[in-house]
Amino acid sequence: MAPSGLLIRKMDEMLPRGSSLWADTLRNLVHRRSAIAGATMLFFLIMTATLAPLIATHDPEMVLLGVENVKRRAAPCIHLLGCPPDQPQHLMGVDGNVRDFFSRMVYGSRLSLQIGFSTVSFAIVVGGLLIGAVSGYVGGWVDNLLMRLMDVILAFPYLLLAIAIVTVLGPGLINALLAIGIVSIPIYARVMRSSVLSIKEMDFVLADRAIGVPPARILFRRIMPNALTPLIVQGTLGIATAILDAAALSFLGLGAQPPTPEWGLMLSEERNQLFSAPHLVFFPGFAIMLTVLSFNLLGDGLRDALDPRLRH
Amino acid sequence: MIRYIISRLLMAVPVVLGILFVTFALARLIPGDPCRAILGEKATDVVCAEFIREKGLDRPIPVQFALYLGEIARGDFGTSFRTKQAVTEMIVERLPQTIELTIAAMIFASLFGVLLGMIAAYWANSKVDVAVMIGANIGVSMPVFWLGLMLAYVFALLLKDTPFWLPPSGRLTSGVTVENLTVLWGLAPGHTLYGLVAFISNLVILNALITGNWVALGDAIKHLILPAVALGTIPMSIIARMTRSSLLEVLGLDYIRTARAKGLREFLVIFRHAMANAMLPVVTVIGLSLGSLLSGAVLTETIFGLSGVGRIMYDSITARDYGVVQAFVVVIALIYLLANLAVDLSYALLDPRIRLS
Repeated sequence: MAPSGLLIRKMDEMLPRGSSLWADTLRNLVHRRSAIAGATMLFFLIMTATLAPLIATHDPEMVLLGVENVKRRAAPCIHLLGCPPDQPQHLMGVDGNVRDFFSRMVYGSRLSLQIGFSTVSFAIVVGGLLIGAVSGYVGGWVDNLLMRLMDVILAFPYLLLAIAIVTVLGPGLINALLAIGIVSIPIYARVMRSSVLSIKEMDFVLADRAIGVPPARILFRRIMPNALTPLIVQGTLGIATAILDAAALSFLGLGAQPPTPEWGLMLSEERNQLFSAPHLVFFPGFAIMLTVLSFNLLGDGLRDALDPRLRH
Repeated sequence: MIRYIISRLLMAVPVVLGILFVTFALARLIPGDPCRAILGEKATDVVCAEFIREKGLDRPIPVQFALYLGEIARGDFGTSFRTKQAVTEMIVERLPQTIELTIAAMIFASLFGVLLGMIAAYWANSKVDVAVMIGANIGVSMPVFWLGLMLAYVFALLLKDTPFWLPPSGRLTSGVTVENLTVLWGLAPGHTLYGLVAFISNLVILNALITGNWVALGDAIKHLILPAVALGTIPMSIIARMTRSSLLEVLGLDYIRTARAKGLREFLVIFRHAMANAMLPVVTVIGLSLGSLLSGAVLTETIFGLSGVGRIMYDSITARDYGVVQAFVVVIALIYLLANLAVDLSYALLDPRIRLS
């Protein structure tokens, strides 16, 4: 073997083993109990959503009136727990339109995740990658104008502006998601802008500029990848808020429309039956809470794991 | 200080204009015919032509915006096509209830939030701390409307025949009333103070206090507990987390060690020395939580059968009376802005560094 090869190998052994940011983060993350709890809950949720057709016992939108001998808003009937075998089994009972509630809950997980990911992706792309990055990189009057616009959006109470936007666009799930996406733009724009502002003064960016790399390439290929971390943390926490707000809009009748199996809508449809059929109110709200909790726990864990000050 | 106040007020002006512009633009973006969106589907062409001319909807957009600003400045927020009632009138009638609910929720949230945060920080990493933080995590993930329904189920149904029973809806038990202060004080409509007195009169708790009506006072407070807890839980959890981390940071500082070293009682170390410095970020969070409280009021009032601003927004949403919804969004955004301004000014009082910088 050539001496230079030996030398390199020797140096390689002397240096500490290299580790990437993401490997470090992952190592940090698995040491945090809350993050593990969040990730586990999320794993089950994603599995439920993907395998919904296999898990669900009925068609979520099928009205069982005349199909089965079951009453409206019947309480849960589980054969294993002593429900008489001559009654049809409904794990979470039957709703006001005589549909199997368990199947509706299972399909609801799909919507919930789609809602969370789609609104936040929209807000990250428009708010973070466009407005925030341009604002931070270009600076000057562009920055001023964009940030004042963001201030105005932030001046409204979050959910109320979303309500106002939906009243303009018209009720419906897509419009509700668009509204929530729009009102959450400023958060991502601000986070991205502050990262870009600090990164653009770093030496490697100055070096790029000195050798004449075009500004767009510097922004998108050099600065952006380094500014993504806080955006990911914010995004994970943002999914939690987005799910909560979409459920609230559906509850108010501005989001998903019947017969969609959306948890907020399901809760709103049965809320007057609180005292007579509490299970129909309990399950959807509990599911929303668990979903939101899992994203909150994971987001908190990610933030702590990515924070170099908290590294041990 | 005065200089700080003036500069802060001037900074709010463009934001107010921005808020008004956004709502103005939103109202103009309603797809289809603005006349029928405001007057309802059944409006005839003649009525619509009249309406469009009267509202200046045929004029250029900048003129329309100027007209809109003029209307807002005169306190004219429009009229509901459904009830024919002026939005301003509705505000006098409904806003007091929302203010009562929001203040009650805020008191609950700050009191318990700060207390729980202090407990968690003082016994950091103990079982109590873990329990409080798990509770806070669940609290921030709670859908307001679901929590409200569950509280109503537990306290109004399960605890029905116990002393812990609480009413699930309404503001006062039927039969319990408060005096109408405008009648009591002999103010006629049109009097300069009429609106203000009518507003105060609708603040049931304040009204009961003024007139010494203790039955109504107790009843009103009892009705307010569940909605306030439901609405205040998310802010309470956020405040608890903030108090914990802020107090933990301060407790590690040298001056706290000095205070302990000189033999100061632990109670004084925490309350006089540590909390004084730990409170600033907590006050910020309390101020910011007002936005979520005002938004949450729409949901809470719907659940608990309260007829405040939130309820009227919900009713207007279901009736597609969107003009009223948007008018109330402006009103609430302006209230939110004023409250944030108040929080900013209170910082300057708390922290001399802010007003001097």
